[in-house]
Amino acid sequence: MQNFGQAFHLAGELVVSADSVLLEIIGLSLRVSLTAVFIACVIGLPIGAALAIGRFPARGLVIVTVNALMGLPPVVVGLVVYMTISNAGPLGWLQLLYTPTAMIIAQTILITPIVIALSREVLEQLYIEYNELFRSMSVSRIMTVRALLWDARFSLMTVALAGFGRAVAEVGAVIIVGGNINHLTRVMTTAIALETSKGDLALALALGIVLLIIALSINGALMALKITTTKFSHA
Amino acid sequence: MRITSKKILIAGLLIGFFLKNVYADTILLQSTTSTANSGLYEVILPIFTASTGIHVHVVASGTGQAITNAMNGDGDVLLVHAKSAEEKFVRDGYGVQRFDVMYNDFVIVGPNNDPADIRGAQNAVKALTHISQNQSIFISRGDNSGTHRKEISLWQMSGINPLKFSGAWYRETGSGMGATLNIASGMNAYTLTDRATWLNFKNRGHLEILSESDSELFNQYGVVLVNPVLHPKVNVESARKFINWILSADGQLAIASYKIDGQQLFFPNPQP
Amino acid sequence: MPNSNRENPLLPCSVRHLTYTVDNDSLVNDLSLDLKQGGLTVIVGPNGAGKSLFMRLLHGLVPATTGTIEWGSTQNSNSARINQAMVFQRPILLRRSVQANIEFVLKSRSKYSKEIVIEVLHTVGLENKLSTAAHLLSGGEQQRLALARALSLKPKVLFLDEPTANIDPASTMKIENVLRKTDMQGTKIILVTHDMPQAKRLADDVIFMHRGKIVEHTPANTFFKNPYSDIGRRFIAGELIA
Repeated sequence: MQNFGQAFHLAGELVVSADSVLLEIIGLSLRVSLTAVFIACVIGLPIGAALAIGRFPARGLVIVTVNALMGLPPVVVGLVVYMTISNAGPLGWLQLLYTPTAMIIAQTILITPIVIALSREVLEQLYIEYNELFRSMSVSRIMTVRALLWDARFSLMTVALAGFGRAVAEVGAVIIVGGNINHLTRVMTTAIALETSKGDLALALALGIVLLIIALSINGALMALKITTTKFSHA
Repeated sequence: MRITSKKILIAGLLIGFFLKNVYADTILLQSTTSTANSGLYEVILPIFTASTGIHVHVVASGTGQAITNAMNGDGDVLLVHAKSAEEKFVRDGYGVQRFDVMYNDFVIVGPNNDPADIRGAQNAVKALTHISQNQSIFISRGDNSGTHRKEISLWQMSGINPLKFSGAWYRETGSGMGATLNIASGMNAYTLTDRATWLNFKNRGHLEILSESDSELFNQYGVVLVNPVLHPKVNVESARKFINWILSADGQLAIASYKIDGQQLFFPNPQP
Repeated sequence: MPNSNRENPLLPCSVRHLTYTVDNDSLVNDLSLDLKQGGLTVIVGPNGAGKSLFMRLLHGLVPATTGTIEWGSTQNSNSARINQAMVFQRPILLRRSVQANIEFVLKSRSKYSKEIVIEVLHTVGLENKLSTAAHLLSGGEQQRLALARALSLKPKVLFLDEPTANIDPASTMKIENVLRKTDMQGTKIILVTHDMPQAKRLADDVIFMHRGKIVEHTPANTFFKNPYSDIGRRFIAGELIA
């Protein structure tokens, strides 16, 4: 119990003092995970849309596989990426190991299946609703995809948030490909792991609380955005 | 396309960003979590950087992982505390030459009420024997690290095979020193740890040092340059500077200066 | 009133031996039909007769198992469908504003102009609700929007599947007026309805279906006063036909 009290107290102190090391770590966490989510959406949303409206023989198999990939263990992804970009690996010449870029790559691999699987589910629901109308009006596939993506945008925002949540909370991948190097590749989760291994549980928990506050803020901001946009426009 | 002043600014920033990464002199040090968790690097590396302008990035993982990473060429220098593994590393062609850097010692920590009565034991081997006879819970690293190998050698000298009791009173965590200490603290159990990690560890619970100062508990750290013939990307010049520095009087001074509560954590003993 | 002054390139429509079978069950069985120029055709019949299915086959939403459908000179259902539109029983509206719904279909054919949007919404009486979210409209308003949307593409054939089944009388009246006007302008209208008074109000000719077959295809006057078939007579009389 003593640790919990200490932790909340510490978390408050950290937030109020805007400790510069903490800010650096938070900044990197956000930079890595937000970039990963962005790339995952750029790749994953079109694929999700294609799966939602496409009908082809292996479709069921693809959907099952993508859904299963949502459960990729972060540490396994980290290991595979490490082996690929290590100096002993095929892409070692890119010199990406122990950089934020490597962390972005690993997290993107981790969350793209989530974006594909969840967006497919969302878009397929909407497609079923619109399908007969679109066929009646001979709407092209491209316009169908664009209409689905736009009309489902709030649900898709939730999909992106799910991906972000997974990315910003994982430690297994980024610690292997990033190396938790001080001032270079240390993010919130690896810092928490470090403080835990030093036995400084109160600080570790405090960092965890800060991470939660950030996640809450992002979700809150997006909810506010959704409410204001639906209130003031009907497009 | 029109060359606007905004585009020039952006191009300049991008070039500067890349140049900064290419020309800022850095080396990558593969080390262990216990060494890093001791806080040593936060003390000695800034001194090295101030003196040479070379930045040192530390990747800390388990001993086995650090050595594997170095074998893969994912680092310029290896600094761990597993002498026979380091010597094999050089023999197998992955490293250039191994040097002794510093030593400290291991200690056996345990619950302050000491149910196995190891405080009275004459040495570490006898202490482990008491623990085994009493079937007190003992936490092992179980991860082939330097600490783990030391622990295994002590059991061998005692003639007891603790693996027979794995899962009973002998618990193998397969984890780093910090995680292992957390578990020992949580279970109020005995474990072997290096003194540096222990001094810096904040979750001691009811644990304290119960057995120490045995010559068998000697913990030697070694430094090796990753072989640039095998891995051309190694930053040889700067890595050599680091190794020379840490073996030099300046480096020794820096190491010896690191104290917690007046206790020195590492003792320099540079020797090839 | 049949109006054969405007040439409709999709007419005459000739259906030959049209069959739709699922699991050995022929839901529409060996239908043959000729739709000449002009006139508002109404399809009636008991529930389960296959009326909606037949219309979906005509519109190309459902592929026939066997048989042919020829629109004017073409057998290609895709190119025919481009010049057709359908209003469904439950309106399928995009989750957008009223005007965005019309804009979308126009833009999908590269035929967008603000004038068309206003004009077509004016026709159905929704010109004051341009920015309203479509899902906030009443049932009648939603169906009027669906009709406006169909008309915005100036289809040569307009299908309607029980369009006023669940809506208020005022909207029903509005829709029927629009249909009459559209018929006058040369669009071929084919309407499925259970509302017999509506059928009497609108039909120029009647297709009476039962159990997947066309029992008769008769001018409206004749059908409602004196149908050829016995089943037709019983149906008009209000009997339940199994």
